[in-house]
Amino acid sequence: MSRHVVCAADELPPGSRRTAFVDGREIALFNVDGRLHALLNRCPHGGARICSGIVTGIAQSSGPGDYRLERHGEFLRCPWHGWEFELATGQSWCDPRTTRLRNYEVRREAGGNLVKGPYVAERYPVVVENDYIVIDI
Amino acid sequence: MNAPFREQQARQTLAVVDCDIHPAHRTPGELLPYLEPRWREHYQTYGVHVRQALSSTLMYPRMMAAGMRSDALPANGPAGSDLEMLRKQHLDPVNVEFGLLMALSKGGMEERNPEFAAAMSRATNDWQIDRWVREEPRLRAGIVVPQEFPEAAVAEIERCAADRRYVQIMLSSRPSDPLGHPRYWPIYAAAERAGLPIGLHPVGYNGGHPSTGSGWPTYYLQEHYVFVACMEALAASFILGGVFERFPGLKVVLVEGGFAWAPALAWRMDKHFDKFRKEVPHLKQLPSDYLRQHIWWTTQPIEEPEQARHLVEIIDWIGWDRLLYSSDYPHWDYDNPSFSFKFPMTEAQRRKIFRDNAMALYRLS
Ligand code: FES
Repeated sequence: MSRHVVCAADELPPGSRRTAFVDGREIALFNVDGRLHALLNRCPHGGARICSGIVTGIAQSSGPGDYRLERHGEFLRCPWHGWEFELATGQSWCDPRTTRLRNYEVRREAGGNLVKGPYVAERYPVVVENDYIVIDI
Repeated sequence: MNAPFREQQARQTLAVVDCDIHPAHRTPGELLPYLEPRWREHYQTYGVHVRQALSSTLMYPRMMAAGMRSDALPANGPAGSDLEMLRKQHLDPVNVEFGLLMALSKGGMEERNPEFAAAMSRATNDWQIDRWVREEPRLRAGIVVPQEFPEAAVAEIERCAADRRYVQIMLSSRPSDPLGHPRYWPIYAAAERAGLPIGLHPVGYNGGHPSTGSGWPTYYLQEHYVFVACMEALAASFILGGVFERFPGLKVVLVEGGFAWAPALAWRMDKHFDKFRKEVPHLKQLPSDYLRQHIWWTTQPIEEPEQARHLVEIIDWIGWDRLLYSSDYPHWDYDNPSFSFKFPMTEAQRRKIFRDNAMALYRLS
């Protein structure tokens, strides 16, 4: 596992998303109300780049006549066929048994902790006083 | 610091023919310059008159933004209206050699005013060439016709057919009568003369009928599924109505209606054929023979059985030379060629489905 600095924290404010290439992979990053999520930017169903999917909740029902929209902001709906994935785990809501969207550890770290790391100095112009988004691959 | 947003990198190596791409109008008035002044005035004054209360609304959000891929919205205009985006998002990355346009919006297919229907069809056909095919040589047009007014439809086919940039005649799979009805036969005669296949595609409107034979669906899932029921009914109508007996050169492509039902329909029609033969003495072959000789199917949205081999068995029955790849770009149920088939294919099978079948059927080159 290796640690990668993706961007400065203020480049991914709450409510925003972006993509980044890390280790040859395209990663979609989401900041939903301060919670950070990093997912491989390719839907396991039909290959869509899920970065343009809709962040949503999940409609639940215990039977006809009872409908609730729950867990708002915890799911990503693929921009093509609409499969839903749990942002925090990558778990598919349609087919949890066999389908899963690859997800990665992502967190915010202070620049001061990063400058000594092997990946930072060569590849990114790091300004030490800021916070950075870091992902583990 | 951060890599810019990049379009899909992996390039299909095999060139594909995509049999279902939907072009859209950038603005509601986009057809106006293509209409004769009399009909321009009519359009601006009265608008279109289709078999639905509000002509420009859809009955559901249709899964994604008005039925579109949520990543296919250009800065100006609706999904499907931007040629540059079509190139970047689809034609280039999936290596489309030819893409067949299916112009659904506001052609003359569902317009009730006969002469206006004819004018809208002409405008739509000219617009397809002018805005799309001339600009992008990989694209080909389908002749939109006022299908409920066969005489005018024939005139439009004859106006366009000599131009090889039109490769088929488009009909809605939600017509007023089942398409085997003799009132549509002049259209088939014209298609046969022109050597063009008929492409049936569902449109949003329903020809005045509920979209199922038993009333309106309750859910969008139901509405989406009944594309299949329409296609089955129309295939049976073509076959049992004797259309292929009368027009032996006619070829029909069922677009976006699924295909896994085809063997079951054939078996069911054949089962009773001997007993009912006297009712349809105009048929000289088994219903399944007509099906196999005259009908082609596009792949999207493809059935996805849990066991992929079930689909392989069905294609073995239908024939690997009868299926044509389609994407339905930019609609939400878009299929990317690299992912749409969940089972391995031989190189020969791939070539047929993704390219060669369509190249031959539509005489593309
Ligand atoms: S490509 Fe994502 S749901 Fe089909």
